Amino acid sequence: MSTIDTTAPLAPSTRHPGFLRTWTPMSWRAFAALLRRDLVVLSKDLPAFIARTVMQPLLLMFVFTYVFPKIGQGIGSAGGASAEGAFSTLLVGGVVASVMIFQGIQAVALPMVQDFGFTREIEDRVLAPIPVEGVALEKVASGAIQGLLAALVVLPLAYVIPATDVQLDVNWPVTLTFLPLAAMLGASLGLTVGTRVEPRQVPLVFSLLVLPMTFLGAVYYPWQGLQPLPWLRWGVLVNPLVYLSEGVRIGLTSGTIPHMNGVVVYAACLGFTAVLLRVGIKGFRRRVLA
Amino acid sequence: MDTSNRTSPAVDALDLEVGRGELFGLLGPNGAGKTTTIGMLTTRVVPTEGRAFVDGIDVVAEPARAKERIGVVTQTNTLDRSLDVRENLEFHARYFGIVGRAARAAADRMLEVMRLTEKASADVGTLSGGMAQRLMVARAILHRPEVLFLDEPTAGLDPQSRLGLWDVVRELHRDGQTVLLTTHYMEEADQLCERVAIMDHGRILALDQPARLKRSLGVDTVVTVQAEGDGDDLADALRGLQGATGAQVVDGAVRLYVDGGDGLLPRVITAAERSGHAVRDLRLEEPTLETVFITLTGRELRE
Repeated sequence: MSTIDTTAPLAPSTRHPGFLRTWTPMSWRAFAALLRRDLVVLSKDLPAFIARTVMQPLLLMFVFTYVFPKIGQGIGSAGGASAEGAFSTLLVGGVVASVMIFQGIQAVALPMVQDFGFTREIEDRVLAPIPVEGVALEKVASGAIQGLLAALVVLPLAYVIPATDVQLDVNWPVTLTFLPLAAMLGASLGLTVGTRVEPRQVPLVFSLLVLPMTFLGAVYYPWQGLQPLPWLRWGVLVNPLVYLSEGVRIGLTSGTIPHMNGVVVYAACLGFTAVLLRVGIKGFRRRVLA
Repeated sequence: MDTSNRTSPAVDALDLEVGRGELFGLLGPNGAGKTTTIGMLTTRVVPTEGRAFVDGIDVVAEPARAKERIGVVTQTNTLDRSLDVRENLEFHARYFGIVGRAARAAADRMLEVMRLTEKASADVGTLSGGMAQRLMVARAILHRPEVLFLDEPTAGLDPQSRLGLWDVVRELHRDGQTVLLTTHYMEEADQLCERVAIMDHGRILALDQPARLKRSLGVDTVVTVQAEGDGDDLADALRGLQGATGAQVVDGAVRLYVDGGDGLLPRVITAAERSGHAVRDLRLEEPTLETVFITLTGRELRE
């Protein structure tokens, strides 16, 4: 029934079995069930999800695009109402992008850090009939869904709050392909962070990762706008949020705001997603397997 | 099968086979490698060498297929704290391909079997230790696994809950469930298991039915003598008694193994006093699995 045998040597090829080869029909059903579980838990915590998703963009949009213009301190106010409107418009894309990437931290990384650090609940889900990598991928899928939901929640806010006109001109093909990619990138970042950070390091995640990424992530300005500061313009390219902000902006404004080349944006996002996913899955394996 | 943690392997050259329908125990002190052994068989520990099969499936090469066939109760509480008691079972059913009404029905049936129906909608955080453990067992057997793995299932439980869990395990065994459990309680191995492997330092020291392990000592009585003076000297003095098969100093006391022999107590006391050791305490017992462990390792099972 169950046997352990020392005489047979472990063939090298069986030590790290090919990824999809070890999936069984049952594995796909387990994947779906794990995803369903995360969505059920999410629906139970919906108010908390909305609160944590909405608060930051709500305040940001409120202060920058409503309060500032009203008190005559508007960014771009020197250029009059149209420039203020342009700022509001470019901020929409940046805010949606930043919300999506940090949903990855909030929905994937933080629960995972807690799980690996204290509760070890994940040990049960790892026993579902699915390869370990599948459990990690499910976490990414669930994080990505939450990222998309976050975008849907935040987009109307960003449209409604500003005191000046927000001029969106949606390029649907870009938006419909780029938002899912952005969500995957955010969730993959979450997986990488979640498998590598100890509970006591969580505050550092915010001060060393979230803050610099946001402020240097082309959220408040288009990347092209950095031309006067070449060192910064090239330096920020290591920040995946730059490409997300640019991509979301291309999608929502059909390129009326100066932006990075669309092909570069897609390629960079695909590249970051692939690398983070790989690193994250490796980290996940290391954390759950001895 | 083998796993090295850089310095010394937690499990070294282990060779073990558990039959269908068997209730098998791994007995040993903490750190003996029991959990590592279960970890390897349940795909959570990757061995550095060797192979392991569950129901004929190579757990290293095909972990997902192996996991379809096993149920596991780990040492730590791994209940899903975001779900209530019934949902814990229902979602577990879904992970194993049981969906819709069948999942709900399976969950309710397990709640009934484990006497948890009243707690169905309770937060798992509010369960007592015994209830949480029963829920973990319920979850592990819900998908009717070929092999049920129980890692120290009664550690930390109060005596009543422990007996309750023993009943559950016995009943599962009666229904034909293959069970592999680890324990460092020798009564647990003795009372529950059909066969026991005694482990220490990652190796199996002895493997047989509990009764045969005890019989293999060739001893019907173990006398533990606490006396003044040098233990080794006292052991030498007692070895000469009629019927004595051996003596060992464990934790400052002398353990004398005796097969047959009448009027044992007075003879032990006389021999001890005659060799200049005033007896402070004397205990007589039948050999247990603990005795087997001590004769094999010179140490007691409990730390």
